[in-house]
Amino acid sequence: MGPLGATISRLYGRRGWIALAACALILFVAFPLANLALPQGSLFHVSDYSVALIGKIMCYAIVALAMDLVWGYTGILSLGHGLFFALGGYAMGMYLMRMIGREGQYQSELPDFMVFLNWKEYPWYWSFTDHFWYAALLVVLVPGLLAFVFGFFAFRSRIKGVYFSIITQALTFAFMLLFFRNDTGFGGNNGFTDFKRILGFHIATAETRMALFVATGAVLLLTLLAARAIVASKLGRVLTAIRDAESRVMFCGYNPVHYKLFIWTVSAVICGIAGALYVPQVGIINPSEMSPANSIEIAIWVAVGGRGSLVGAILGAGLVNGAKSLLTVAFPEYWLFFLGLLFILVTLFLPQGVIGLLKPSRAKRT
Amino acid sequence: MFLKKIAQALGLAAFLCCTQAAWALPADLVLAVAAGDSDEQVAAVGKLVASGDAGVDAYFQALLEGVVQVAGGRRVLIVKDTQGIDAASGEKVDPLPADLEDAIVNNRLRGTLEGARSALKLSSPDRALRLAAVKSLEDGAREEMLPLIATALARETDPQIRQSLTLVQAGIQLKSADAALRLAAVKALAQSDNPNTKMLLLGRLEKKGEVYAEPDAAVRDAAQATLKAVQARLSTADRINQVFTGVSLGSILLLAALGLAITYGLMGVINMAHGELIMVGAYGTYLVQNLFRAQLPALFDWYLLAAVPAAFFASALVGILLERSVIRFLYGRPLETLLATWGISLILIQSVRTLYGAQNVQVENPVWMSGGVELMANVVFPWNRVLIIGFAAAVLLLVWFVLTRTRLGLFVRAVTQNRGMASCVGVPTARVDTLAFGLGSGIAGLAGCALSQIGNVGPDLGQTYIVDSFMVVVLGGVGQLAGTVYAALGLGMANKFLEAWSGAVLAKIAILAFIIVFIQKRPQGLFALKGRMADS
Repeated sequence: MGPLGATISRLYGRRGWIALAACALILFVAFPLANLALPQGSLFHVSDYSVALIGKIMCYAIVALAMDLVWGYTGILSLGHGLFFALGGYAMGMYLMRMIGREGQYQSELPDFMVFLNWKEYPWYWSFTDHFWYAALLVVLVPGLLAFVFGFFAFRSRIKGVYFSIITQALTFAFMLLFFRNDTGFGGNNGFTDFKRILGFHIATAETRMALFVATGAVLLLTLLAARAIVASKLGRVLTAIRDAESRVMFCGYNPVHYKLFIWTVSAVICGIAGALYVPQVGIINPSEMSPANSIEIAIWVAVGGRGSLVGAILGAGLVNGAKSLLTVAFPEYWLFFLGLLFILVTLFLPQGVIGLLKPSRAKRT
Repeated sequence: MFLKKIAQALGLAAFLCCTQAAWALPADLVLAVAAGDSDEQVAAVGKLVASGDAGVDAYFQALLEGVVQVAGGRRVLIVKDTQGIDAASGEKVDPLPADLEDAIVNNRLRGTLEGARSALKLSSPDRALRLAAVKSLEDGAREEMLPLIATALARETDPQIRQSLTLVQAGIQLKSADAALRLAAVKALAQSDNPNTKMLLLGRLEKKGEVYAEPDAAVRDAAQATLKAVQARLSTADRINQVFTGVSLGSILLLAALGLAITYGLMGVINMAHGELIMVGAYGTYLVQNLFRAQLPALFDWYLLAAVPAAFFASALVGILLERSVIRFLYGRPLETLLATWGISLILIQSVRTLYGAQNVQVENPVWMSGGVELMANVVFPWNRVLIIGFAAAVLLLVWFVLTRTRLGLFVRAVTQNRGMASCVGVPTARVDTLAFGLGSGIAGLAGCALSQIGNVGPDLGQTYIVDSFMVVVLGGVGQLAGTVYAALGLGMANKFLEAWSGAVLAKIAILAFIIVFIQKRPQGLFALKGRMADS
């Protein structure tokens, strides 16, 4: 085996790769065919609604992976990951707003909310956002830079545990207030919506939606592989060690700050990408995505699925959000009871999450 | 609101009594007000006011209510429910003439009439009514009222009303043709603390082309000096207001954070449901209020006295339940505690929504809490704010007393410092935990009771305060009440001062940014325990 072969076998065993290939086949071949090629009445037809829902949940699953990397593996509970997600979404949203062109309500070159504010031109931070590549760059850079700077100061001053969590919550709260302001230039509490096209394609057609779905699926699988590569490497070992005994890692000659900063920034970037995929599929982005409650919900996805297990994170995101989309329609008034109970029961009785139930033989972790 | 009601009642009384006893107004003036051109109308109103007849107010009120009609362009009638009264004589008119037309009251006349009615109230025997009348005159006095104000001033004995009247008079006299009178007026205005005075003076000092609005140089100089004095007084008022609102906000933050200072600061439990415990206290107050309204309406004004302990025990009970059923199992696992208590907060929010609806509920202030202390024209301290500052101080004292002077406080501190050792010497640590958590929750309930008096009470009440109260505790440092007090007051003041300078949202963001930077700089001093316990 060459080095590539070694890497491949280090990530997953034969069964793992087969399962991954099966997932890829379902996402990239079965779904598009079932949605686009099969007629409406067919038994195997997948409705547009399901495609949109699963596409959305896959975005959440990417966020859950990012969260698992910092929380499950490194022990840093972030209550601000919704912020990075929303920032990525806003970066993509800026591009989509520019693509509306003159088709807005006021038929102006500017987005409607700017016309409403009586602005005559785009503010400086909107420049170049009509290029897709630049928006894509922003999607990565803005959450990444923010996370890097914030993390640099926080980890350097050895802020950890709950204090770190609370500060990340304050951070996303502050950004939410900022984005709620109309004068910030991101549409105030309405945010961005009414998108028309992306990369020249009309955004609401079934084909475009399917393309976004496939792209999201690809990013999800790639993120899973990348995350797997990180946690299976020596770097990943250090991260787990930091989670379990940070002082000891320090005394062994490692500088935990570098490791934490790396994984924290990577995690934020992944969230940003997820947000960028989320916005064109859902068709709206507004500051409520930055509310502290949203960020805490991300933590419960990971906790339900199983901390310290990548597949668990994806599973958790799917389970909780699947339940949410069912329950909020069927019993809207009971959803919060359910979610609240989930928080309590999972922390009290299921420290390993659903994955822990599936693998009872696994060694218990403290 | 209250004063307005009295005024209406008086007006009605005047109307009713005058239906029997006639009055005597000059018929030409009455007609001029109802049917003259705009300038005639205003002039006639002034003359009617100066006449001081008892029927004037009733006539003006009728005009404002739109029930005045003119018969054949000669006779003015007040028509209510097909009952007609002659506006000039006050006598009944029966039957009504056929050729009635509505008297037209345009906005200019309406303003004049309203001003005139307040001027008329200046002769009321009720001090509160006179004071209200003067206040409304401060914002819009007209030249025609000058004789009336002069009479009122001659008769007035109350020093406060006298002073206000003098200022109102001076404000009108500023436009007098007599330079000496203007000079006197300008000098008198130096005592004013009304922002309108500033506008008046600036108007006099305005220069149109080469001509000043004020032709006399001596008066202009005096006006400059007066302007300076008034401005100084206004900015002092602003500053006092800012300090007061800052202290007020600080006291609210302190109340919200004091309970957290115990549960989080001393016990190390991250209670994300703290905000919801505040909400439980507020709803407890709401229920007590409803109970009093239904059962003891006579004592309604004193429901708060019962609501304070009720709110305390309601929240304390919920807190103790939480501690026994959930939090107890998570000691030493702060991140899990955080998530579980967040779940609790969601359940509490939804329970309240299911029980009392998603809308805000009405919690009324008792009468003795409405109104305020007026220090200057622009500086009014509302009673509810003042009382909450006092209440916060009292709760602070209570917490301090419990923690330092009682057996429970001793145990709490012992368990905080060394759980194992405390247990060894016989401290029932589990019970101490429960009681301490109950105390912290109960104080959250007290905060809720206080907040119900100044803000909305709804299911989301707690969410508004949770970030703020954590910031207070984190900034103030763990395990010390003094830190919490300084942090709450400091944050309150900083918030209000920044708000005046940059707007509410940016101020809030700046404060959060400041806290984030600040605890990067001073993490050890603020939360990490020192020495060997640092990594625990």
